[in-house]
Amino acid sequence: MAEKDGTPPTPTEYIAHHLTNLTFGKRPDGSWGFASSAEEAAQMGFWSVHVDSLAWAVGLGLVFLLLFWLAARRATAGVPGMFQSAIEAIVEFVDTTTKDIFPHKNPWMAPMGLTILIWVFLMNLMDLVPVDWVPNIFRYWLDVEYMKIVPTTNVSVTLGVAIGVFLIVIYYSFKRKGAGGFLAELAFHPFPKFAAPVNFVLESVTLLAKPVSLALRLFGNLYAGEMIFMLIAILYSAGIALFLLGGVLHLMWALFHILVIVLQAFIFMVLSTVYIAQAYEVPEEDGH
Amino acid sequence: MVNYLTVIGISIAFAVFVLICRAYIWPPLINAMRARQERIAQGLENAEKAEEALAKSNADAEVLLRDARAEGQRIIEQARAQATMVVEDAKDHAREEGERILTAARAEITQEINRARENLRQEVAYLAVVGASRILSSEIDRRKHSAMLENLVREL
Repeated sequence: MAEKDGTPPTPTEYIAHHLTNLTFGKRPDGSWGFASSAEEAAQMGFWSVHVDSLAWAVGLGLVFLLLFWLAARRATAGVPGMFQSAIEAIVEFVDTTTKDIFPHKNPWMAPMGLTILIWVFLMNLMDLVPVDWVPNIFRYWLDVEYMKIVPTTNVSVTLGVAIGVFLIVIYYSFKRKGAGGFLAELAFHPFPKFAAPVNFVLESVTLLAKPVSLALRLFGNLYAGEMIFMLIAILYSAGIALFLLGGVLHLMWALFHILVIVLQAFIFMVLSTVYIAQAYEVPEEDGH
Repeated sequence: MVNYLTVIGISIAFAVFVLICRAYIWPPLINAMRARQERIAQGLENAEKAEEALAKSNADAEVLLRDARAEGQRIIEQARAQATMVVEDAKDHAREEGERILTAARAEITQEINRARENLRQEVAYLAVVGASRILSSEIDRRKHSAMLENLVREL
């Protein structure tokens, strides 16, 4: 892989390049445009956006909606075709999983679980595309310098989904317990009422840990996976022996990663549902 | 590290996706699946009912067949008994008839014998008279000697 100025990149440069998002935003001099380097992107501060992550995430979300909409459009109670059967198997799985861990009646939980499962899975799936293919296409044919195609290796993306879930948790906490009940839950537990400030700090951390752990778990797994794919990719340009070794390692890691991407999507769905189920739980009068 | 606008954008996208999924995708799929479940359950139930009905009719047919067989057997027995009775009756009749005919024939024979005996007696009496008259060369007055003749006839 050659840099545009002709000198081959060092492994560090290669990895740093692959970890840089395509960023659009307001430059320090006040003009708007794509950042030409990681440093410039960092200087943009708040008024910037990771165009690649956002575009791939939204695109993959649309793929999810399109796939399931195609099945939903022709869904009949008659004999289903292969495609409909496959989609229905997923729907059935999400439905039973949600019913198992969410004992309340809420018509939003299962669709939310399905959205998370398939959307996160599709975003994770991009990790199996060899790391140089899409960035090189964008680089040489479309003159786009940076292109991270796995949205879930971007902590902003995983945090975005986790905050969406967190807002639902907050909403149902208020709705089920009322503002007072919710505050009481935060302040009068685990210590007696006189220690309310301490309790409040502890419980707030517990509450905030939910979206943070949700986001970081998915991000960490996928980021590490992506990193290892990059390290393997570096082997490809280091002689025939390492090329072959890289091929074997790539295959093994990709096979293992199939497990990881499905599992992480499933965990995200289950934990989101569990957190909302916890928000639903109204404590007993004498308890807490 | 964290890009806030990206976070916000993804959160909004997430909300929109869930909304669309809830509105246009989940209900038709889950409804179709539940309807199919219902249909399959109904079909299975119907099959079970049909099987039960079949078993019941089989049992009914079995009972009917057994009854019919028993009835047939009974009728055959009865017919056989009746036939035996008819044959016995006929035999009895025939025997009686034979006996009757025999008796009648015997009576007739006896009558005939008696008649023949009477005729013979008369004939002998006449012959005796004729013979005696010839021997005595005189006529026996039938009126005078009737008593004697009667005795003679009786003795023959």
